[in-house]
Amino acid sequence: MSLLEIKDLKVRVDNHDILKGINLTVNPGEVHSIMGPNGSGKSTLAQVLARREAYEVTGGQILYNGKDLLEMKAEDAACEGVFLAFQYPVEIPGIGNAYFLRSALNAIRKYHGLDEMDAMDFLPFFREKLKLLEMDEKLMNRSVNEGFSGGEKKRNEILQMAVLEPKLAILDETDSGLDIDALKIVAKGVNSLRSPQRAMIVVTHYQRLLNYIVPDFVHVLVNGRIVRSGGPELALELEDKGYVDIEDARQPMPA
Amino acid sequence: MITATEQLATYLDSFTEFQKRAAGHDLPWLRRLRDNAFARFCEVGFPTTHDEDWRFTSVSAIARMPFELAGTQTLAEDELRQFRVPGAACQLVFVNGHFVRELSVIEKLPIGVKVNGLAEEIKSNSVAVESHLGRYLNTQRDAFSALNTAFAEDGGYVHVRKGTVLEAPIYLLFISTASDRPLMTHPRNLIVIEQEAQATVVEDYVSIGESTAFCNTATELVAGENAVVSHYMLEREHQKAFNISTLRIQQERSANVSSHSVLLGGGLVRNNVHPVLAGEGGECLINGLFIGNGHQHLDNYMLVEHASPHCGSRQFYNGILDDHAHGVFHGRIVVHKDAQKTDAKQTNRNLLLSDDAQIDTKPQLEIYADDVKCTHGATIGQIEENALFYLRSRGIDEVSARKLLLMAFASECLDRMSASPARDHVEKLIHEYLLRLTAARPENQDRRTGVPTPHTRNWEEMG
Repeated sequence: MSLLEIKDLKVRVDNHDILKGINLTVNPGEVHSIMGPNGSGKSTLAQVLARREAYEVTGGQILYNGKDLLEMKAEDAACEGVFLAFQYPVEIPGIGNAYFLRSALNAIRKYHGLDEMDAMDFLPFFREKLKLLEMDEKLMNRSVNEGFSGGEKKRNEILQMAVLEPKLAILDETDSGLDIDALKIVAKGVNSLRSPQRAMIVVTHYQRLLNYIVPDFVHVLVNGRIVRSGGPELALELEDKGYVDIEDARQPMPA
Repeated sequence: MITATEQLATYLDSFTEFQKRAAGHDLPWLRRLRDNAFARFCEVGFPTTHDEDWRFTSVSAIARMPFELAGTQTLAEDELRQFRVPGAACQLVFVNGHFVRELSVIEKLPIGVKVNGLAEEIKSNSVAVESHLGRYLNTQRDAFSALNTAFAEDGGYVHVRKGTVLEAPIYLLFISTASDRPLMTHPRNLIVIEQEAQATVVEDYVSIGESTAFCNTATELVAGENAVVSHYMLEREHQKAFNISTLRIQQERSANVSSHSVLLGGGLVRNNVHPVLAGEGGECLINGLFIGNGHQHLDNYMLVEHASPHCGSRQFYNGILDDHAHGVFHGRIVVHKDAQKTDAKQTNRNLLLSDDAQIDTKPQLEIYADDVKCTHGATIGQIEENALFYLRSRGIDEVSARKLLLMAFASECLDRMSASPARDHVEKLIHEYLLRLTAARPENQDRRTGVPTPHTRNWEEMG
């Protein structure tokens, strides 16, 4: 059984049709990249998968592990193993990073009938993940994302993913705004989490990230539809020709 | 409903009776203090919303009600157990305003620290009481202070001698009990922390049973030269209670005072905090948190008087209001002519959780010196939908996520309290309260959430 099956998904935001019939199947162990120009619906797709309620689903179906994902609340989807690395991670003053992560981990453990992890057990496990993302432990006593640099925020997202160990991770433009060093660290973190049980959807605007996280499949999303799918070589072609040519190829403009 | 004349007649009867038998009724100075205060109360009567200081708070519900002066009463230890706190240096228990020694825990206090019920102290040591009682509280300005002084008899008496350092908090517990008639109490506390001494005093107002009660409390706190004092005012009575409290702080040279007010309970609550920085180099922190739901009305009135040069004051108040609750923040800073180099700051931040919740926030600066720094600011917003979704997307359910976000907001206030059993006690109370507040409503009910832009109003000014 595939992990994720999106069938003819249609989504509307503020009376605008954003997604106009998306079809996508993701199996465990696969890494899919979704590329596309600004406003093509990439982030909307990512947010719908993470169950943000502000988006109105007007048609289609999403099966996750055989269950209807659209019936799940955000927290239930998270507990079932869906993880979204935010394009713009949210700053939450007053909640400590480590405390937040342990609360999240324990919420998920509780959902699965496991014992909660206390601070003593959590710490060594957590330190190991910090090391993977080359993050300073001091950041963890600060409030969630507060005063973090752009790169620190993105690394913090991957750190959360490493701690929560999802089945399906969606990375929404995790590479945007990163310098090459930060990008390499993020990619290393992501690659270390690749496993035969875990699938990833890497949403990106730029081909650069895919040099470091090599996907199994690349899909091009334009104007709410996947217009082309292929292997990693498609990303290079995009880099070369740009999205316009792809779109033009699909809908030739009259001369 | 009773008329103004009938209303005063009720108080006059109570007062006449009170003056015959109250502790210290035979002391001329105390009789005079009470007589003058009562006369002043009769003269001004209860304030109305035409009075600038009471613009957002109507006390007509108090004025209308014929309250009876509460008598002495004791309680079983069982009823009290829930209110005992760990880590206190001592615990003084007051039932309906009267000190109950049997229920109090006073032992092993260091030399230099004296605690007692004020009534007992008036009887045994009136000279010490006379040198402070009624010398700071302004009965001319405020009817409730006048009324409290007229009925001033019992409450907490705390005296910490020069150079004495007491780390553990002195805990004063005020319990109002159920009664078939509406009762009034006028607890009067006198806290004197002498030069270079250090102490923490907690006033905790609670109720057993739910009946209409009016608690009009006043505290005079004297911080001697270079003294360090923390004061906590905790209001967690039931929602039928009227609670008016006034904390008058007198700060001598280089004294450092922190006032922490946490209002969680009470139906109609007015908390007045009035520090006077009388000596040079004083520092004052006025920190507050108010959380209301139902039809609670929580009014915070600050009057910070800078009367000497080189003093600093900080006011930080955070409010969380749900349902139809109404909050008021009135922060007034007066800088006297000679109080040069004053550094005064005031911040009020509010979260409104429902469309019907209301906050009135009003800064007021009166500056008569020319070399000062005064800033004030206020914000009104609601729980950020982005933050809520972020937490939920990590597996934390909506109710817990809301509680976390509210706790984070309340933590700003907790962070300003130095580590002590008093702070731990407050943190626990806030946790429990927010748990009830967030669990009280089913999910997905009509709530105000959203990107805060259109509803958020900000103002920040420099003066």
